[in-house]
Amino acid sequence: MWIIAPLLCGLIFGAGLLISGMVQPTKVLGFLDILGAWDPSLAVVMAAALAVSVPGFMLAKQRSRPWLAKQYFWPSKSEIDLPLLTGAALFGVGWGLVGLCPGPALESLATLSPGVIVFALAMAAGMAVHEVWQKSRLTAQRSKLIANATDG
Amino acid sequence: MANFTPISAAIGGVLIGLSAVLLMLLTGRIAGISGIFSGLLNLRGEDKGWRIAFIAGLILAPIIAGGIGHGMAPPKLPANWVIITAAGLLVGFGTRLGGGCTSGHGICGIGRLSMRSIAATIVFMTTAVITVAITHHVLGG
Repeated sequence: MWIIAPLLCGLIFGAGLLISGMVQPTKVLGFLDILGAWDPSLAVVMAAALAVSVPGFMLAKQRSRPWLAKQYFWPSKSEIDLPLLTGAALFGVGWGLVGLCPGPALESLATLSPGVIVFALAMAAGMAVHEVWQKSRLTAQRSKLIANATDG
Repeated sequence: MANFTPISAAIGGVLIGLSAVLLMLLTGRIAGISGIFSGLLNLRGEDKGWRIAFIAGLILAPIIAGGIGHGMAPPKLPANWVIITAAGLLVGFGTRLGGGCTSGHGICGIGRLSMRSIAATIVFMTTAVITVAITHHVLGG
């Protein structure tokens, strides 16, 4: 049953967020609050995760395909563009406002905390707004192309 | 630095890195939570099983931890619903426009040594630090 693999990975990821304390917004804000009683724990979490993921991804790149799937889904984009920087900037503001990013937000749904449920719904709405906006932009581009084509 | 917990941070970090590497080696997928979650929100039917399984694992972790006596405290959030909603909208829209979050860019992207992810991580860390500086120290929240 291949579905066990992503379930197990989700469990390990969740355990990592729990043990490191990063599931708690106060812990994350302690790192982001460089003017207050600064807590460098989040930097240690990232460094430890990268110490595993850098060699791990190198190993994956040497293999032609994953163990349980036909192909790797490596991200294809490599250029640093305006949507990347604008999106990251907006995400950072939201993250700084309450101290929740997507992983801890979804994991915290287990506590049935009303605040987290509202946050997760708003996050899903933000993603949906982006999807609708992208689609309308594509449609506008296409109709512009068609309009130009008839001129020629 | 009274709240610094380097040992639990290192153990947790290793587990997060291990999860990302295992997901790639086993299923070929990137463990970016915003990407995994947003893939569930469209109406197309394909490609949903592994996403549901991963998020189910993520939510099951604190439930299992609670079962063995390490229950998770509900997260402490601002009392203001407008702030919570605005933050959620910004996180949702921003991670889609920027193509990733703390896990997708911060752990997986930098783990692949992607300049795009390094740039994104520097930007979201910077705006988050500025936001906290303003809300905690300028506005005194």
